[in-house]
Amino acid sequence: MPDAATTLPRSWAHSAASVPGVAYVLPLLLVGFAVAVPGFASAPNAANIGVQSAILLLLALPMTFVIMSEGIDLSMGAVIGFATVVLALLLVNGYPLPWAVAAAVGGGLAFGLVNGLLIVYGGIPPFVVTLGTMGVAQGLALVITDGASVVGIGSALPRLYAGTWAGLPFPIVIGIVAYAAFHVLMYHTRYGAYVFAIGGNRESLLLAGVRVNVCHVSIYALAGAVVGAAGLLFAGRMSAGHPVAGIGLEFDAIAAVVLGGTDRGNGWLPGTLLGVAAVGVLKNGLNLMAVPSSLQVAGVGILVIVVLVIDALRRRS
Amino acid sequence: MTALAYRLAGVALLCVVLTMLSDAFLTVPNLLNVLRQTALLFLIASGLTLVVLAGGLDLSIGANVGLSACLAATAVQATGSVWAGVAVGSAAGTVVGLVNGAIVAGLKLKPIIATYGIMWVLNGVTYWYMQGETIYGFPESFRAIGSGYWLGVPVPVYLMVIVLAAGLVFARMTTWGHQVYAMGANQQAAHLSGVPVSARTFLVYSLSGAMGGVSGVVYLARLNSAEAGIGDALLLPAIAAVLVGGTSLFGGLGSLAGTLIGATILTLVLNGMNLLVIDSNWQPLVTGAIVLLAAAVDTLTRRRVT
Repeated sequence: MPDAATTLPRSWAHSAASVPGVAYVLPLLLVGFAVAVPGFASAPNAANIGVQSAILLLLALPMTFVIMSEGIDLSMGAVIGFATVVLALLLVNGYPLPWAVAAAVGGGLAFGLVNGLLIVYGGIPPFVVTLGTMGVAQGLALVITDGASVVGIGSALPRLYAGTWAGLPFPIVIGIVAYAAFHVLMYHTRYGAYVFAIGGNRESLLLAGVRVNVCHVSIYALAGAVVGAAGLLFAGRMSAGHPVAGIGLEFDAIAAVVLGGTDRGNGWLPGTLLGVAAVGVLKNGLNLMAVPSSLQVAGVGILVIVVLVIDALRRRS
Repeated sequence: MTALAYRLAGVALLCVVLTMLSDAFLTVPNLLNVLRQTALLFLIASGLTLVVLAGGLDLSIGANVGLSACLAATAVQATGSVWAGVAVGSAAGTVVGLVNGAIVAGLKLKPIIATYGIMWVLNGVTYWYMQGETIYGFPESFRAIGSGYWLGVPVPVYLMVIVLAAGLVFARMTTWGHQVYAMGANQQAAHLSGVPVSARTFLVYSLSGAMGGVSGVVYLARLNSAEAGIGDALLLPAIAAVLVGGTSLFGGLGSLAGTLIGATILTLVLNGMNLLVIDSNWQPLVTGAIVLLAAAVDTLTRRRVT
């Protein structure tokens, strides 16, 4: 649409170019499930989708930054599992909640830092670094728990997950706050401009005297810390810590980001929100149709491939 | 060649260390076991090596092995025929490879995201198909493919030798093989020199898929049981074998012979952990650390060259 690109303000032209994938899919999914599945189009179910998608959103927001910067983070699912295990072990052994929280966030931050340092200063491709740390995080979680889930974490985290604030389920409140924070960070701070430029025009950043490498590492470090914090909600949901329960969550996050039209140097945060909604709606709808969870996983994979293929064909024509 | 020599020295060193640490290491049954495990890992990583050489990536290889093994299992169970199992497993893997090839070479999707998406599709389909069941107890003739011996040597080793020989001839002595290396080194230059990049990309992904299917059959015959999670832990070791073997993630540099050495080193490490009775929960941690180390070495040496 060259006309739109020249007449609309830049941000809208940008949106028009990057929105497509999910803009077609989400309404289709919503209408399809509303027609086919009784009980889907109801306020309680909408709230349900929101609660179920909060953790995914917490992973997808920093994943947007990572993918914009020409990277990928395959370790998120393993790291969130590791965080729940650290939390749970400390709580079970009588440490106060703030300590446990600090350890979970710190653990996530440490993995993020390792990812960032190896990728930026080591010059190693992101997928292999994060595949390696995926193995390390999963292995550590298995080793310190002997492969079993850690139960008896007390009632604080489950209460948090099930609680409400101003009439809204607490996970949704967290999701809104996190989205707002990332939106401001991305569109209204200098840091956000740097994140755009790292994947898009690194040279100009260097020439402008920005400490590009530090900034680049911080993208992965931020991702690690946020994933560690998301471990709080995840442990609350499971009422336990589990070493491998997070495996595969990173794919949902990648799916949401890619569906939302983010690519290297070209991110769109509202798209990520729509992508998270699309993944959440798909899983919820399939769940209500009594489709087994294994096929829900396959469903997300098919959704991503199909949308990417449609985008590729559109670009070609 | 010196790079390969370093790695062979690494193999020798590992053997010496393991001999000193465990009395059970230097015994004929254990060495045959190591050989068999090496052959299996090599088969899984062989097609992947070609994909990486061509500058691509196949993250679906582990899930492909899992699905192929499970489908082969039901085929053997239903028909009692060895050949039905071999045919179904190999065909399933090949179809996966063709799909990967079509979306990466034909539709130009990014290999990492496309094959990771396919990985989760295969994973979901496998868990759904198996319904939590375990299929076990296959006819002796089928199990021979994975656990049998011929002239005192494990059967998978013969398969490994055949694949290695075919792969080396393909890579070193055919135009197509040279084109794969050229693409990996510089896709733009290869394209401008008249290499049919899409066609060769399609080829390597198809071969990787086919090898995933064949490996699934051998793996199944070795384990003598199939459950949905059978391929879950195979991706990391396969990538590790390719990397430790010196095939560069940036493409164009490496060989199947390297992957054989990589598979040997990884198998020796995991075998050593078994002999020293180290809990298997340590395996992903160790494999992950090996991947990071090998990738760091690859990047550093590669940087010095260029």
